[in-house]
Amino acid sequence: MTAIEADISVLDPEEAKRVRQARLERIGRWLLPSLIMVFAIFMWDRICVWNEIPQYILPRPGVVFQTLIADAPLLFSSLLTTLKITFFGLLLAVVGGVVLSVLFTQSKLIEMSLFPFAIVLQVTPIVAIFPLINIYVDNQTVKLLLCAWLVAFFPILSNTTLGLNSVDRNLRDLFKLNNASAWQELWRLRLPAALPYFLGGLRIAGGLALIGAVVAEFVAGASGQQSGLASRIIEAGYRLNAPRLFAALFLISATGIVIFIALSILSNLMLRNWHESALKHDS
Amino acid sequence: MRATGQDEASGLTTATSADARPLLSLQRISKTFSNQVTALRGVDFDLAEGEFLSLLGPSGCGKSTALRLIAGLSTPTSGRIDWLQEVGSQDVSFVFQEPTLLPWASVFDNVWLPLRLRGITRTAAEPAIREMLARVRLTGFEKAMPRELSGGMKMRVSIARGLVTKPRILLMDEPFAALDEITRFRLNDDLLDLWREQKFTAIFVTHSVFESVFLSTRIIVMAARPGRVFEDISIDPEMGRDEAYRTSSQYAALCRTTSDALARAMSLNRGAGHDGH
Repeated sequence: MTAIEADISVLDPEEAKRVRQARLERIGRWLLPSLIMVFAIFMWDRICVWNEIPQYILPRPGVVFQTLIADAPLLFSSLLTTLKITFFGLLLAVVGGVVLSVLFTQSKLIEMSLFPFAIVLQVTPIVAIFPLINIYVDNQTVKLLLCAWLVAFFPILSNTTLGLNSVDRNLRDLFKLNNASAWQELWRLRLPAALPYFLGGLRIAGGLALIGAVVAEFVAGASGQQSGLASRIIEAGYRLNAPRLFAALFLISATGIVIFIALSILSNLMLRNWHESALKHDS
Repeated sequence: MRATGQDEASGLTTATSADARPLLSLQRISKTFSNQVTALRGVDFDLAEGEFLSLLGPSGCGKSTALRLIAGLSTPTSGRIDWLQEVGSQDVSFVFQEPTLLPWASVFDNVWLPLRLRGITRTAAEPAIREMLARVRLTGFEKAMPRELSGGMKMRVSIARGLVTKPRILLMDEPFAALDEITRFRLNDDLLDLWREQKFTAIFVTHSVFESVFLSTRIIVMAARPGRVFEDISIDPEMGRDEAYRTSSQYAALCRTTSDALARAMSLNRGAGHDGH
């Protein structure tokens, strides 16, 4: 970073060019996507106006924004419901994934026996499993949680297992030479070594938990007081209330982005002292 | 002390110091891995307390395997390793080829690790850790993370970690192989200082003739495929090992003797097909 702020006049032309390039890149990284976004929204608005597209097919961006404000109480209470399912689904996935991966590393036999089941659960589309869950489980919240958990669980399990098994062989020998107990090896060596892998899995799982929560609600077709954003979308679809549909859609994707950013920040905070992925590079 | 004039000149002695107590005896050690590779066949040697032994040989001569067997990280296929004194696992330390530090832990915490695994608290361990860090010239780097250190500094942390438990035996597996020569010389000096101060017994695996002659009181030259003892060279432990020694004719002569032995050990495999007979 300091190199970029350097006084350009003392540099030779080649280095000066490099500094200018870096400056441009830094600005461009934010400016270009923002410009494109503004342009896309502007074109969206123009297309609606030029083609006189009716609001129930494609509402203008301004209308979507107004709906977002006007329907805020309804939409945000639904968002809260969806967020709760996402959060608790993710939490269960973290607990289940980490506990199971620790079990896997303690015993190769358990891993060999159970890992195929985890894969089966992962590769079968959640939409296909859901009707079964619908039959077996009565409670609406439990249904949705189960669904969010199922999708979010696998990346955490597989990443954490990979991390727990990726410990430097010499470090394992070092622990062995020092008569470390299995618990010490897990706590002082394997878990910290697995942390970057776990956090990578968590970032994927965060987005998947949201998808799981939304998909589950779609399939469950929930309605009433406790319904989440997916129900609002279905409802708005039936009523040809496109502005609300767009507003709900906007909220879902914004939530996904926020979850991703939040987990990335968490990951950076936890790894910034030592892991390559979180280190700042000067050049 | 008891060396004759001629011995003084060549630096060679015929036996290890008579007053040293025997510590370890390897008897007819063989190791065959599950892939049918015979790493060691019939390796015999004794080790006395306070010796600085180098295992020198080409790659594939089983010197690292021998070290791992002595450390107890692996068991021999046949033969015996006898400890001739009461030696517990806490008396043995191992320094790996890589620094092998915990990347998420500070220098202080890395040196603390072996003590911590023995249940010693940070406060109780602190004096020993600080003293050890001072010995390897790392005072002031307690809070630094491994990634902030140079290769040589990391290796010094690794050595500090190995010695913080005050082991009686220090096993080193080519610890300086990845370092540049200047750093390597400096660390050789540091290691010798530590050896003189702490009086541990050292087994040092290396493929560098110069390093082994500089450090050791005894060099075992090994031949490869299968790994075995080829020659056992003793060096007067009383010799002053300093900068002057590095450029002395004595040192040069010893290097020549050792190089010759190594060359002969390696020529055994040349053109002889594979695996002896």
